[in-house]
Amino acid sequence: MIPPTFDYHVPKTLPEAVGLLAKLGQSGEEAKVLSGGQSLLPLLKLRLARPAHLVDIGRIPGLDYIKEEGGYLKIGALVRESQLDASELVRTKYPILTDTSEVIADPLVRNQATVAGNLAHGDPANDHPATMLAVGAEVEITGPKGKRTVPVKEFFTGIFSTALEAADVLSEVRVPVPPPGSGGAYVKLERKVGDFATAGAAAFLVIAGGKIEHAGIGLTNVGPTPIKATDAEQFLVGKKPDAATFAEAARRAAAASSPSPDRRGQEDYKREMARVLTLRALTKAAERAAKTGGK
Amino acid sequence: MATHKITVTVNGAPREAQVESRLLLVHLLREVFRMTGTHIGCDTTHCGACTVLLDGQPVKSCTVLAVQADGRSVRTVEGLETDKLHPVQEGFMQEHGLQCGFCTPGMMMTACALIESNKNPNEDEIRRAISGNLCRCTGYVNIVKAVQYAAAKSR
Repeated sequence: MIPPTFDYHVPKTLPEAVGLLAKLGQSGEEAKVLSGGQSLLPLLKLRLARPAHLVDIGRIPGLDYIKEEGGYLKIGALVRESQLDASELVRTKYPILTDTSEVIADPLVRNQATVAGNLAHGDPANDHPATMLAVGAEVEITGPKGKRTVPVKEFFTGIFSTALEAADVLSEVRVPVPPPGSGGAYVKLERKVGDFATAGAAAFLVIAGGKIEHAGIGLTNVGPTPIKATDAEQFLVGKKPDAATFAEAARRAAAASSPSPDRRGQEDYKREMARVLTLRALTKAAERAAKTGGK
Repeated sequence: MATHKITVTVNGAPREAQVESRLLLVHLLREVFRMTGTHIGCDTTHCGACTVLLDGQPVKSCTVLAVQADGRSVRTVEGLETDKLHPVQEGFMQEHGLQCGFCTPGMMMTACALIESNKNPNEDEIRRAISGNLCRCTGYVNIVKAVQYAAAKSR
């Protein structure tokens, strides 16, 4: 399949990219940001998107950093999934991110696909959104009026819709540095390597004095947007991290889902999988929390 | 629609082309450069038959634009053989790592990248590395053996 025709632009800096997007937007033609292209190019080939312009941010230098700074793990716009996968810092201190990156698509796709693109695409079937909801991440958006920060919980506004405006670029993902006694995990059910999730669940817990001080739960592909299971999160706070507590939280998380039936399963099955996966994610998160100095 | 003049180093030799924005890397290789060793399988980023190394990293060339490869280096199956077979080619031959051969160019490029970064991959590592390359006839048992053979030969 050959993509429809478009004009291709290669800005050298982020401000140049934003300026170009703003200018193209004023002309009334659609312009899309290209980074790894692993979601966008298939959409073009299937004619599900027909932008008149692609603005390739892939050649802007200095956007492929992974660093801790100011209380956050900062992931630059051009960090590939394979780079996140290979990061020793991420693997040891943010294992929930490694859980996520290593189940996205397949290793070849991960050599091109970017973490920021996985969020910016706004697909409820993508894996990073649930994880970023669970860990309370935020994104930095660079637009015509400068930079602004949006919490991931406010980023997904509808199916394939995000807080990004036409001339915006998602320039950085920020994950709070986890406190002692915290742990997170992401688990995904997929039919085969490379498939989108039948369902997926991310959990992040902060445990202090034998009680859950903070909880974050995100769900993949069981609704029109990535889902933050707030009822389950609130239920967990102040409780002991035991099996009965997690079972009830998992039930509440599943109740917050609204899956659609498709080839991956019926609605009831997917909701049940959301429950099972949430339970597994919570259990694994608690195990990891116990190893990071939780009392 | 504007076209772009690009230079891509293919198997060590710089090649120039004037291309449309929408031209895919796999089509650049097969139809502009007439190098048909790289196969098109599913054309939907699933099967990995079109795998090439882009700056040393295996990628699916049906999901990369030719313009994205401008100024970069591409290695294809045609670049494996020198005066003798590459250890990966020899491994696939010795261990019967192919039947129909359709997935083989992509499979070999992924294997090539793996053994360059991991001199002694175990079965689990090999299976993970090739999990984006589908084979529908040989089966993976002999492909794993072929990669192990190549790794041993390269050490």
